[in-house]
Amino acid sequence: MAHAATHDQHDDHHHGAPKGFFARWVMSTNHKDIGTLYLVLSLIAFFIGGSFAMVIRAELFKPGLQLVQPYFFNEMTTLHALVMIFGAVMPAFVGLGNWMIPLMIGAPDMALPRMNNLSFWLLPFAFVLLLSTLFLPGGGPAGGWTLYPPLSLQGQSLAYSVFAIHLMGISSIMGAINIIATILNLRAPGMDLLKMPVFVWTWLITAFLLIAVMPVLAGAVTMLLTDKYFGTSFFNAAGGGDPVLYQHIFWFFGHPEVYIMILPAFGLISEIIPTFARKPIFGYKAMVFAVASIAFLSFIVWAHHMFAVGLPLGADIFFMYATMLIAVPTGVKVFNWVSTMWGGSMSFETPMLWAVAFVILFTIGGFSGLMLALVPADFQYHDSYFVVAHFHYVLVTGAIFAIIAGVYYWLPKWTGRMYSEFWGKVHFWNSVVWVNVLFFPQHFLGLAGMPRRIPDYNVAFANFNMVSSIGGFLFGASQLIFLGVIVHCVFFSRKQALDRVWEGARGLEWTVPSPAPHHTFEVPPLIHDEDLAHGHAVD
Amino acid sequence: MTTGGIRIKAWAATACALLCGVAWANPKPGQLNMPRGVTEWSERPYLLNNVALGVCVVIGVLVFGAMAIAMVRFRKSRGAVAEKWTHNTTLEIVWTTIPVLILVVLAYLATGGLTTFADTTGSQMTVKVTGYQWKWRYDYVEYRGKAIDKVGFMSRLDAQSDETRQLGSGLDPHAVQVDGENTYLLNVDEPLVVPVGVKIRFVITAGDVIHSWWVPDLGWKIDAIPGIVNAAWATIKTPGVYRGQCAELCGQDHGFMPVVVKAVTRSEFEQWLAQRQARAAPAPAATAPAPAKQG
Amino acid sequence: MGQHQDVYFVPSKSQWPIVAAVVLFLTVFGAGHWLNAEPGESGFGKTFLLIGFVGVLAMFFGWFRAVIRESLAGRYNAQVDRSFRMGMMWFIFSEVMFFGAFFGALFYARLYAVPWLGGEGHGVLTHQFLWNDYAAAWGANGGNGPARIGGSFETVPPWGMPLLNTLILLTSSVTVTIAHHAIKDGHRGRVLLFLGLTVLLGASFLYFQANEYMEAYRELNLTLKSGVYGSTFFMLTGFHGMHVTLGTIMLAVMWLRELKGHFTRDHHFAFEAVAWYWHFVDVVWLGLFIFVYIL
Repeated sequence: MAHAATHDQHDDHHHGAPKGFFARWVMSTNHKDIGTLYLVLSLIAFFIGGSFAMVIRAELFKPGLQLVQPYFFNEMTTLHALVMIFGAVMPAFVGLGNWMIPLMIGAPDMALPRMNNLSFWLLPFAFVLLLSTLFLPGGGPAGGWTLYPPLSLQGQSLAYSVFAIHLMGISSIMGAINIIATILNLRAPGMDLLKMPVFVWTWLITAFLLIAVMPVLAGAVTMLLTDKYFGTSFFNAAGGGDPVLYQHIFWFFGHPEVYIMILPAFGLISEIIPTFARKPIFGYKAMVFAVASIAFLSFIVWAHHMFAVGLPLGADIFFMYATMLIAVPTGVKVFNWVSTMWGGSMSFETPMLWAVAFVILFTIGGFSGLMLALVPADFQYHDSYFVVAHFHYVLVTGAIFAIIAGVYYWLPKWTGRMYSEFWGKVHFWNSVVWVNVLFFPQHFLGLAGMPRRIPDYNVAFANFNMVSSIGGFLFGASQLIFLGVIVHCVFFSRKQALDRVWEGARGLEWTVPSPAPHHTFEVPPLIHDEDLAHGHAVD
Repeated sequence: MTTGGIRIKAWAATACALLCGVAWANPKPGQLNMPRGVTEWSERPYLLNNVALGVCVVIGVLVFGAMAIAMVRFRKSRGAVAEKWTHNTTLEIVWTTIPVLILVVLAYLATGGLTTFADTTGSQMTVKVTGYQWKWRYDYVEYRGKAIDKVGFMSRLDAQSDETRQLGSGLDPHAVQVDGENTYLLNVDEPLVVPVGVKIRFVITAGDVIHSWWVPDLGWKIDAIPGIVNAAWATIKTPGVYRGQCAELCGQDHGFMPVVVKAVTRSEFEQWLAQRQARAAPAPAATAPAPAKQG
Repeated sequence: MGQHQDVYFVPSKSQWPIVAAVVLFLTVFGAGHWLNAEPGESGFGKTFLLIGFVGVLAMFFGWFRAVIRESLAGRYNAQVDRSFRMGMMWFIFSEVMFFGAFFGALFYARLYAVPWLGGEGHGVLTHQFLWNDYAAAWGANGGNGPARIGGSFETVPPWGMPLLNTLILLTSSVTVTIAHHAIKDGHRGRVLLFLGLTVLLGASFLYFQANEYMEAYRELNLTLKSGVYGSTFFMLTGFHGMHVTLGTIMLAVMWLRELKGHFTRDHHFAFEAVAWYWHFVDVVWLGLFIFVYIL
């Protein structure tokens, strides 16, 4: 009887995409469809989070409160961060990973396809839960995305935010497990670990970080939940706890989380620059080793987010030194990218433009990061607009620029059609100009003494805030061009893409047709080292 | 209604301040760098900031310069042919070692600043600072070896700023001025009065949620945490009024709880203190509220 | 399937992921609403929570049934098996990190938070200014903090029920290992016996743990609200207890599957996964026994 009814599921994966909309998109086990879902969700979240940012910049356009109440402003800063981090940046990388990792290592799909679909579908529900709090009587979370107690415990919506984070955490952990199993178990024969594309390497390391820290976040927010609703005293000094304990646990998650959002970006840039420089990546092993070192260091630097909480002197010194060390492997990566360009034969299609902007602007974010590491100076920088400028340079011109670069790079492979190079470049130049108008003056505001997360400010800060807001509106508007380029490419473009879309592109993903068929590599491909971006493991 | 446009005078003042290194008390329109501050210690972060910025600029010029040259010289459109090398051990050693050396220098400077900051011994005065939603409380604990009793007060956003900052108040923030200086959101009903030339120890805590006590001219901020006490110190060199703000998100009016420190000469301070003590002596004045006990 | 079926297996479309997402959403939405309900308010939170929870159970049943059928149909080759193994391994690692957060809280509270509140080392000023009368100690004499939250309590002595529970879990680890060897040797009777024993041991652990909780609440006044001691004690042992419950249920399912003859000598990954999980739960308990009960 055990063998009865084993044929209730028909294997339709040999016959192209399922016909019905629901069957194809909701019940999917196809890495490309799920990757698309992730990318679409990410784009939607990008615009939702962006609209929150527009509210923030509009209120900060000039001194005095003109548009919103301070509490609503705080909801906006909090949700802007949560939506951008968990809704835009992370799902975008998971989407790119889903689409490209199997294609890049010659696998037929992700290792655990059904779980892959669950990882995705938890996210829309988590965001419905999180954003629905805006419409609840008590309002949404307004204590900052870090949810520091005791402030976060005052919020009426804490339970919803905590549960939303639990769902996102489950999603991320399952996604990461899937990626590890895929990379370690489903590589085509001949695709040795040290022949893998750098993007795959960075995702492998990122996945380890995710599994290590998302449960810690889940634990931290669970303690918030019990402190508020069940009378525990984890973060209450009167009961023997300590509000700072939360910050330790949170940032033990939070710092690796920061690298979760930048390591895959490093991977993307390491794919794109060699392609358009027509020269193999400089120092492949050094790149992989640098990413691994950065990932390791990310576990021992968390308290550099807490230099102002009054840590013991020894702790300040340890975390300062460890943080400064990160500059070394990060520097190596930047130098390697520049060396990859040196002696190449470069052309500057849209993906390359974004990648070059990434290298420069991310490095500026790295510089301010180094400055922030110096504790005495951080006593001034901490929680000021200098920090806001810093992390927007690494997250917007870092992570998001890399994601956009990746989208332009692979969009022809996904759709089989070329996007408009002209509008791509318009999008690029607008973004790169306005993003600097938006964020660069924030360095000055912070140095002059403007704290972050305030809805109103002294008139001394008025000039740069107005400049920043103008940059913000125009940067935001520029992203509508991106939407237009994508919609045009997916639905209207008539220019067919080649299989090897870019002249200098190497790697298995370029050996399959454009658009990539619904199922690829059902038979493991024969690997020819010369097809790979890094086929011969010399260095 | 003034538009907040660029005002030449302010820019000129800033430029002068930048070039001459004159200490200024409050943020200026168009201010580009960290204030040098007015305490014995505040030059440390200022110096460190400038050195680190300089290092970053030099490295930036080299790296971005190399990139720019590469992008001009090695263009396919100029007929550049891609080379094959992917490796250069000497170069890689060099660009790993040099950053390490630079970091060692920066770490040395920073560590020195940190150890002096952590040393609150030898202070001649203690002020207890307590953050509340959304005001500060100052209690004078001890001055030159003598305990002080019952000198303490709440320090709130001044009435004019408070009226102006209401949503849709129609009032102009530029009109909020004290002695010709704009103090919108940077003024309080009662500032903290301290003497110059005295090493003051601040013990800082909070009554409800975490706040952060920050006056840029003192060179530091430190969190005010309910149930926990943090300490920092300052020896102010020049008399003046120094303004700052709460720097840790503490709820809806986080942006509206400024910190104002009024530094006066020692004799002026002693006079002020005596007055306050006399006022407090006859009738028992309000003491500090009980420390944080969250339920 | 073509001739390459031996190499790659990709399951066809499935309704279970979306079902799982919906029921999990219902569960947490219900829980959130329930937690926020005013006292006495009869919200829909509880109903949603219940529907969601039952839905989660149904989803697990349905999803695993589908997987078991595929497995019995011989659709899983060695590669799929490896993917499952990696999945389980890294899932357990994520669980380790989850417990790590709570162990971290325990260590921090014991080694730093409580001693500092009592005036040791970094906490001199905190003690002096806020908690002058607090003599720090872990356990009954101060583990609920300076405000003695939850009132005085006693701790659970380690050498009674906790020791018994330790022995029970250690024994169960042995019995589950014997059962594993029996599967490999094809001794079904022995598998059923020792796996059954393991289930019984797990259940008795839970019985004793429940007794211990009742005693703690009734006789010792040790509750979840007994300051940070009670918080760490109940959250750590509570989450562990939930994991034992889950592990016991999974072992019972494995017993039923063995009864139905699902496992063969070299194809019994589900059993192994549960055994790994059981060992993990066991190791966590050893950590608890040492750090929560003994020390």
